[in-house]
Parts: sequence; C-alpha cells; structure tokens
Amino acid sequence: MNFGENIRLAWEGIRAGKMRAFLTMLGIIIGIASVIGILTLGDGLTGSINDQMSTLGATNIYISLQTKTTEHDGGARSYTESDLISDEMIADLRQRYASSIDYVSLSSHLASGKAKDGDLYANVSVSGINDEYLVANDIEIIRGRGITSADINDNMMIAVVSDKFVNNMFGGDTQLALGQEVSVYSTFEIYTFRIVGVYKYEQTMMNLSMAADVDLQTDVYIPLSTAKKLSNADDGYSSITVVANPEIDSANFATVAKNYLNKYYAENPSFQISAISMESMLSTVDTMMGTVNIAIAVIAGISLLVGGIGVMNIMLVSVTERTREIGTRKAIGATNGDIRMQFVTESVIICLIGGVIGIICGTLLGYFGASLLGVIAFPSAGHIALAVGFSMAIGIFFGYYPANKAAKLDPIEALRYE
Amino acid sequence: MAKKIIEMKGIRKSFYIGEPNELEILHGIDLAVNEGEFVSIVGASGSGKSTLMNIIGVLDRATAGEYMLDGELIEDADDDDLSAIRNRKIGFVFQNFNLIPRTSALLNVELPMMYAGVSKRARNERAKELLALVEMTERAKHMPNELSGGQKQRVSIARAMANDPSIILADEPTGALDSKTGRLVMDLFHKLNKEQGKTIVLITHNPELAAETDRIFTMRDGHLTEEVPE
Repeated sequence: MNFGENIRLAWEGIRAGKMRAFLTMLGIIIGIASVIGILTLGDGLTGSINDQMSTLGATNIYISLQTKTTEHDGGARSYTESDLISDEMIADLRQRYASSIDYVSLSSHLASGKAKDGDLYANVSVSGINDEYLVANDIEIIRGRGITSADINDNMMIAVVSDKFVNNMFGGDTQLALGQEVSVYSTFEIYTFRIVGVYKYEQTMMNLSMAADVDLQTDVYIPLSTAKKLSNADDGYSSITVVANPEIDSANFATVAKNYLNKYYAENPSFQISAISMESMLSTVDTMMGTVNIAIAVIAGISLLVGGIGVMNIMLVSVTERTREIGTRKAIGATNGDIRMQFVTESVIICLIGGVIGIICGTLLGYFGASLLGVIAFPSAGHIALAVGFSMAIGIFFGYYPANKAAKLDPIEALRYE
Repeated sequence: MAKKIIEMKGIRKSFYIGEPNELEILHGIDLAVNEGEFVSIVGASGSGKSTLMNIIGVLDRATAGEYMLDGELIEDADDDDLSAIRNRKIGFVFQNFNLIPRTSALLNVELPMMYAGVSKRARNERAKELLALVEMTERAKHMPNELSGGQKQRVSIARAMANDPSIILADEPTGALDSKTGRLVMDLFHKLNKEQGKTIVLITHNPELAAETDRIFTMRDGHLTEEVPE
C-alpha cells in the first residue's frame, strides 16, 4: 500500500472535518505547548542565572548573622554592636585562609533618595563600600577611578556614580560629570559628594526593574568609612561577601569559614554565623527547576493522555462512519494490514499536526515568558525532536485500537452497512 | 474446449444462529462458467443469491464443497490470500457504486492497482486508459459526489477492470439507475464481454436483463438450476 496515498487520505479526512479535527488535536496542542513552553522558559532562566552567577561571582560566599533557635524562644532580639561581625574577625579570617580568599567585599547602606539639580533628578541608593567591593562584584569603571583605601582612611566625601545617573544629570557626558558636586536628598538629610568615577550599570536578575530608564534607581558608591561616619553606624557588619579563590571548592569553603567565624559566637546567646556559597544556591535553583519540570511533566502527561483518548474516540467514530468504505476497500483487495495502516497513519497525522501547533505555541509561550524576565530563550532541538516523537507515539498508541477494529471488519457486513 | 473460470462442486453454506440451530442456505451448488462467457444469476430475495455471490466473490468461504477460480483452489486460504485473490481475479461492480468518497474518479480506478503494488506511473497510465474505455476521461479529476449515478457506475466498472481480473462480478449494477442509464451500463458490459473477452457474472432479479446474457442460472431455495433455452 502506498504511504503517500495514506497521507493524502488522512489529510482529506481532516480537511473534511476541520473543526472536529481541531478539537481532537486540542488536547495534544495544550499538552505539547505546556511542555515546550515550560522547558524553554526553564532552560532560558537556568542558563541566564548560570551566566550571571559565573560573571558576577560564582565563587561568592555570603556570610551573615543569623538568630540562634532556642527552646524557649521569646522572639529574637535585634543585634547590637557587640553581635556584629567585626573588622578584627574579618582580618583573622583573611589571615587564616589567605590562599583561599581573593577578596572580601564590605558595604553599608546609607540612604536612598533623589539626586537633584534644578529640573534634573536621578533615583539613587547611597552605599559605603570598601576598596575591594568594586572588583569583587565585577563592576566596571568606565571613567575616572573607584574607591581606594586612601579615600577610606581619610573619610573622603567622594562618590562613584552609574552611567545611567550621568545620563540623567549630565546628559551622558561622563567627562563633564567628573569633579562635579552631587546632592542627594534623602528623607531627613542632604548629602553632597564630589564625583570621582563612573561605573557601567548592568541589569541583572538581582536588580530587575520594570521602571522606565529615567526612573531607574542606581547605586552611588562612597567610601565605607564616610558612610559609617555620616550614619553614626555601629562598627561592624551584619553581612559580608567573601570572594573565594576560583581554584578551591567554594561550597566547601563556605562551611569552613562559617565554622571558623562561629568560634567568636560560641558564647553569644542569640546569634551565630551562616554562610552560603553562590555555588550551593545555584544547585538549589537547579533542584528547584528540576522539581518544577517534574510537576509540569506530570500535568503535561495527563493532558496528553486525555488528548490521546480524544484521538482514539474520534478515530472510532471515523471507523464507524467509514464502514462502507472499509468494506469496499477490502472487496477490491485491501488486506487487513492495509486498512490498519491507513487508520494508524490518519491518527498519527492528527497527532503530528497537533504536536507541531503545540511546539509553535509552546515556543511563543516560552519566548514571551522569558522575555518578560529579560531573557531570550528558544526550545532546544532535542526538546522539539522529543515533542515530535512523543506526538507520533501517541498517534500510534491511541490509533492502533480503532485501526485494528477497522482491519478486522467483516467485508460482507461492512458492505451492507447503512 | 474452453477454459473453465469458475468451477464449483457441491458448495454448501450454513450459518449458526446459536447452537444447535444450524441454518443451511446453500444446499450443494454446482456451477461452471467458461472463459469469455456472460452469464446471469437470477432469484428472489432470500433465495441464497447474495450468499452465493459472496462465495463467488471470495468475500466469504463455503462451509463444504470445492471452488476453483481461474485454476486456483479457494480452500484454506487465509485473509491476506483472499484479499490478494479479490484484488487480482475479481472485479466488483456494486448496485450502489461504492466509490471511495473525497477521492477523484482517477484515484478510485487506481486504487486496486495500488493495493496490488503497481507503480504510480503505470497505474496512472492504466487508469486513464480505463476511463477512456468507459468514456469518462473528462471527469477523471471529479470527486464521486460530483458525478451522476450512471457516471459513477462507469467509473466503478473501470475500477473493476483495473487489475485485468478473471471475472467481473456485477451485483444489480443497474438497480440504482433509471432505465436509460441502466441500458448504457448494460451496453458497456456487452462491449467488455465482446471486445475484451471478459467473463462476466451478472446478479439480478430483472429477467429482461438476464435474457440478454449467454446463460441464465436461477437460484431457488438454496438450489441453482440452469435455464435451458427451448
């Protein structure tokens, strides 16, 4: 029997009942589209998270204060200066593990507000940073200089601002911006700094914002000591970032650093140190995506099962409607195998068309979903091949029973069927 | 002596309508048709005419007896063998045409050749020849629902001829046609019989049509007798 003829017949049959065929396909379309959409979105997200983590610190370890859980927990008290991670502790840690630590990045938030100059304004968040912060966080200085240890020693009233800030305040002229004074109006205070450098603002998953470009809040960096002086802040940190040497296992070192620092907190009744490496966060994200994928696979599986049953149902109807035709075909020499093949082909084609529409819908779904999160994502060739293969398998599996029923019809009965 | 195309000896057919009731429809049929003959089988409904036709057309198996079709013994053949025999040796013409819907006249004629595994080009050529023979060339691309009854029957006769079968088995071929188009169809059968030497078995209850054939067999209560012309 000619395969091309089977395809032509199946196509004619689908065209003759477009609505019916479409409704039959719908289950397959929804199932395949959801799988492809979620896989595309998930791949795009995981890829982009991985990318960003590797550029801005796959080896970062976040060390922070954590309340101890006690049996008679009367509500955690807030930390005081004596609870904070001190400069001495950091110095000790650095000395003890000199070969494992590349940088220690410290920061202290001073204020958020608006920088104003006449009609011009820019939303900013002012933070004090140490001299290693910029390099540890992979922030690129495009004009002027960063914060140096000399600035910190002298409590200099200087600032490093973003290129977006320069766009708002100085029409994008970074050279003009250098040396200018900038006044930041927070709720209670007005701070004035002199601009010494401009850094390149990067949109990341961390600072994702829907705000228009002009309203974007960017960081203004000032010397750490200056920030502390201005805010009368405590001498110490509730959290620090350690950048581990890329040669070592940062997840492992996170535990080592945590245990080391916890020695200082053995006597502390309320607080201890927790440390988490970017690497372990990354694997947590992977595990999460894996779980989401399994959940989606189950939902899609159910949808495809229901879709498959729909296909089977419509094929049974089709066999009944075409009983006379089947009888005629048998009378002129079609074997049972020819008839079976004809109906299986039809069912596979319905499922394949559904699968292809599903892949297209899923790709669009995944693409637009990912672009909302600022990621460009397309389904992989492997996923498309899998979806096509799966649709064909459904067609064969659910088409076989009706096709076999058609093949086994008695030609005399079939020819007599009204 | 002419070659025998159909040779039946003591064909019996019984149906079981739940044990122990056994209903015998054909009580030992003997039938011989020679190559190139145009014969007819007449009989009232319920006489067993259809059952005999199904056995001649290898759509059904006899319960007992021997049936030789064009030198081939139809016995112990499995379903696929029977399909192949129908495909190559028998051309069916039905009362209600039974053309495959949504399939052009040309493709309908090609269909038996497709099941026989004839190449696309060869069957297309042959189908065009056959449509020319039944004067349907102009309608080759038309779908069955765009054809009149007489046109449909001409296409179905072309289809019956597709694999150059040993016999054409026509079951009330004019039953659904008016007398004028019925006449045209009968003329076509005569033409195929005379010009192509086709063996034709016509099943009808119309004695006038039967009278046009070489020999007439009458089915009566499961027995077949030949009318001997005076």
